Amino acid sequence: MAKTTGTVTGIVSNLVTVLINGPVAENEICYITVAGTRLMAEVIKVNGKYAQAQVFESTRGLKNGDEVEFEGKMLEITLGPGLLRGVYDGLQNDLTTMKDVFLKRGEYTDPLNHQTLWDFVPIAKAGDKVAAADWLGEVKEGWLPHKIMVPFSFKGDYTVKSVAAEGKYNIDATIAVLLNGEGEEVPVTMTQKWPVKVAVKAYKEKPRPERIMETGVRVIDSFNPIAEGGTGFIPGPFGCGKTVLQHAIAKQGEADVIVMAACGERANEVVEIFTEFPELIDPHTGRHLMERTTIICNTSNMPVAAREASVYTAMTICEYYRAMGLRCLLLADSTSRWAQALREMSNRMEELPGADAFPVDLSAIISNFYARAGMVVLNNGQKGAVTFIGTVSPAGGNLKEPVTESTKKAARCFYALEQNRADQKRYPAVNPIDSYSKYLEYPEICEYLDNAVEEGWVDRISKAKNIVRRGREAYDQINILGDDGVPMSYHETFWKSELVDFCFLQQDAFDAVDALCPLERQKYMLDLILEICDKEFTFEDYEKCRDYFKNLINILRQMNYSQWQSDDFNSYREQLSKLLEENGK
Amino acid sequence: MANKAYQRVYTQLEAITKATVTLKAKGVSNDELALVAGKLAQVVRTKGDNVTLQIFSGTEGIPTNAEVRFLGAPPSLKVSEQLSGRFFNAYGEPIDGGPEIEGEERQIGGPSVNPYKRRQPSELIPTGIAGIDLNNTIVSGQKIPFFADPDQPYNKVMADVALRADVDKIILGGMGLSNDDYLFFRHSFEAAGALDKIISFVNTTEEPPVERLLIPDMALAAAEYFAVDKNEKVLVLLTDMTLYADALSIVSNRMDQIPSKDSMPGSLYSDLAKIYEKAVQLPSGGSITIIAVTTLNDGDITHAIPDNTGYITEGQLFLRADSDTGKVIIDPFRSLSRLKQLVQGKKTREDHSQVMNAGVRLYADAQNAKTKLENGFDLSDYDHRCLEYAKEYATRLLSIDVNIKIDQMLDTAWELFGKYFSKAETGIRQALIDKYWKN
Repeated sequence: MAKTTGTVTGIVSNLVTVLINGPVAENEICYITVAGTRLMAEVIKVNGKYAQAQVFESTRGLKNGDEVEFEGKMLEITLGPGLLRGVYDGLQNDLTTMKDVFLKRGEYTDPLNHQTLWDFVPIAKAGDKVAAADWLGEVKEGWLPHKIMVPFSFKGDYTVKSVAAEGKYNIDATIAVLLNGEGEEVPVTMTQKWPVKVAVKAYKEKPRPERIMETGVRVIDSFNPIAEGGTGFIPGPFGCGKTVLQHAIAKQGEADVIVMAACGERANEVVEIFTEFPELIDPHTGRHLMERTTIICNTSNMPVAAREASVYTAMTICEYYRAMGLRCLLLADSTSRWAQALREMSNRMEELPGADAFPVDLSAIISNFYARAGMVVLNNGQKGAVTFIGTVSPAGGNLKEPVTESTKKAARCFYALEQNRADQKRYPAVNPIDSYSKYLEYPEICEYLDNAVEEGWVDRISKAKNIVRRGREAYDQINILGDDGVPMSYHETFWKSELVDFCFLQQDAFDAVDALCPLERQKYMLDLILEICDKEFTFEDYEKCRDYFKNLINILRQMNYSQWQSDDFNSYREQLSKLLEENGK
Repeated sequence: MANKAYQRVYTQLEAITKATVTLKAKGVSNDELALVAGKLAQVVRTKGDNVTLQIFSGTEGIPTNAEVRFLGAPPSLKVSEQLSGRFFNAYGEPIDGGPEIEGEERQIGGPSVNPYKRRQPSELIPTGIAGIDLNNTIVSGQKIPFFADPDQPYNKVMADVALRADVDKIILGGMGLSNDDYLFFRHSFEAAGALDKIISFVNTTEEPPVERLLIPDMALAAAEYFAVDKNEKVLVLLTDMTLYADALSIVSNRMDQIPSKDSMPGSLYSDLAKIYEKAVQLPSGGSITIIAVTTLNDGDITHAIPDNTGYITEGQLFLRADSDTGKVIIDPFRSLSRLKQLVQGKKTREDHSQVMNAGVRLYADAQNAKTKLENGFDLSDYDHRCLEYAKEYATRLLSIDVNIKIDQMLDTAWELFGKYFSKAETGIRQALIDKYWKN
């Protein structure tokens, strides 16, 4: 079949109108030839004989009359062993193999290495009945078992004719031959292609999440845990520590594969990842962090249209590893920049705008994307998960803006970063009262926490939250009436909430010990803090009350900074007991 | 702009707005320059045979039969060592009476650096101002704006910073500078005898606002030449980016685009990021550091311009008039340098970050004491000491007229701690107290 071709008839920034001579599909990829360079573009609207396409590169020098060739397929990425440790742009070009210091327009690099030999071990055998995403064999990618699967795009049932013997192969070698329904032979290699904007649905079912994903961050794991296969988002004004929190989750998250999508953010933040991650060790496996990490990097100065593609590319890679029965974590920073890219295009197409000039279907686009996360049961009964956490950069720090509101409808966890807390250097600046996790309402998650942490854990968490809430009320009263104008109990209530805040909610992401707090340790500390809060104290005046609690806080913080159950830790614990014996019952 | 043999000439305009003209023309390429009745213009839209041109100096006096000549190339700058010490307008033409520049012609607004090829910024840029060096240390390859109300002396601070910074080249991009400010920059550069390392691109308030849109790209094209080709440390000063953004909104409005927040174009974030992200530490040792000015309306940082800027830049420096001392200070609470931890204690003395934190924390305690005082509550002895400390801290460290070395800043801070507080009240690590405490 001949390819559809066309010629450029209009240009506004990166939106190009093309007069076409045949059929084109929505989201079809085309290449525009300008002065010998081919620029990739995606069809976003068709009207009669005219298609409108967003160009993924600068359109400088493009002319009316330039030739366009349509590819007959949507934006696809290549999936196969070697994706981990990769550094790609939003269109999955390998940034590490580009020679120039500057990005060259129209330079597209191969995402995978074709020379590398992988140790292949067959799983399926001749005669097996298989379908899309079923496992045919396995290679070791670093320490992870990377399954070679029946490509997701294969429809219907197949029979395995042959599988390659154990041995070393490159990604292009045929490692299996399948027979389709008509008995035709279909070769399978280690790689496959998949259109990024289509969710991979080659699994048996998508049940509700049943356990939580540990991040080692107390205010998340204990106060508002995110489920494995769950969704969450972190909105916050600039300077509130969004990036630090995301990096902490990336370093410590309990997942097999981490994909970080730097979507329209600062390039130096990505450089920080390149510089630091290779040195860091995954606390769960003791392996280098880079071995489980893929970076999709479309920084704020890279072409805007590829920003949108970058989050889809990242999600597709996660879905691919999920189909291997692995637990993946996708971090996207920031989804607001993606929404802004949509706004720019919608504006150029002269569509009627919604709130703040964003496209009217923004909400639907965001919730469709969040819906691709989740835990799934694979065809073979094993489980895999994609957990998704996105950041949102609300304009002016105001949470009543379209991106935040749309995301709130789609994500199940909400971690509100607060300017006020950041100003007071109370990090992570997650507001303990406004933030929420819907997963705490799931009976299966509560049951999981009862078993994994302790019986009645969720009730203890609500109790701790209540202490913080009452402390705020007391603080307001003290502020209005003055230190001497309120009963002593107000001071005590306030300082108990400060105790929870300073010793549990606050956490030093730059301290080697405090940065990572396992659930077991979180339980120990919270129990200890609640025990103190249950006591009633007697103080002569509010200054004594303040000094006493400051002492308690100091000792508890020293415990946080000490190795778990080390001599230091235990000696601080003893100091605490002594101090508590002096007062309180 | 040289005349070329194959120039296409048209003489029939179809439509004219305040900033754009539209005509029927063929073979026109996107971003290409043209001369419309002798005024420089750039192609911003083509639709069939209709071509829309943005006229940088405005369309006043352009008739419908104006001559339109297409120049076949996007805006460019001639780069060579000859740029040093010269002053140019927004089109890169000399305005200092000197000769034309000879050199390689480069398109402005070129491609981005591959993020994978960048290096982590790690070199300190000392400015002598303690509010910056001590509390918000600037690093080469960083991009950071001053957030200041229009009545604050931001241009003077920038000139001071530029002249004290240890860099190979300083490139000034002046947008909507008043003529007085332009002459101020010129005189301070001349007086400092530093003219040979300074290059200026200037658009004054007397010139049309849309011309400003070329200034950052011109300045950064020159910066890239020195940083990439010559491996030099380049400091780029951009003032005032708020006026740049205002020019963007004028153009987008004339092109009938739907405005987003604060009547700014929806692409404001990308437009600003394209400029600021040119700041880079290159693997070859060259670097581009950008210090900009974003003027605020009555300190409002939620306005779209400072808000988008804050999400792009690596921190911000807040100028504020301190009512207690009458000095203009760098606000220690709202200012932030996101890259400071890359050099503090590594390229500076080991006690740097602890002294910085203690200094700011005690200053915060003084603010609380002040609030207590204003609300009519009694002050404790500690409160009184904090207030006294705050005055001296603001005068001797936060004020923008300070010009001392970083070690002196640290010593001054220790002196103040010793004068007003006990060792425990500073909360500094014991080992550092033992080594540096002054009685």
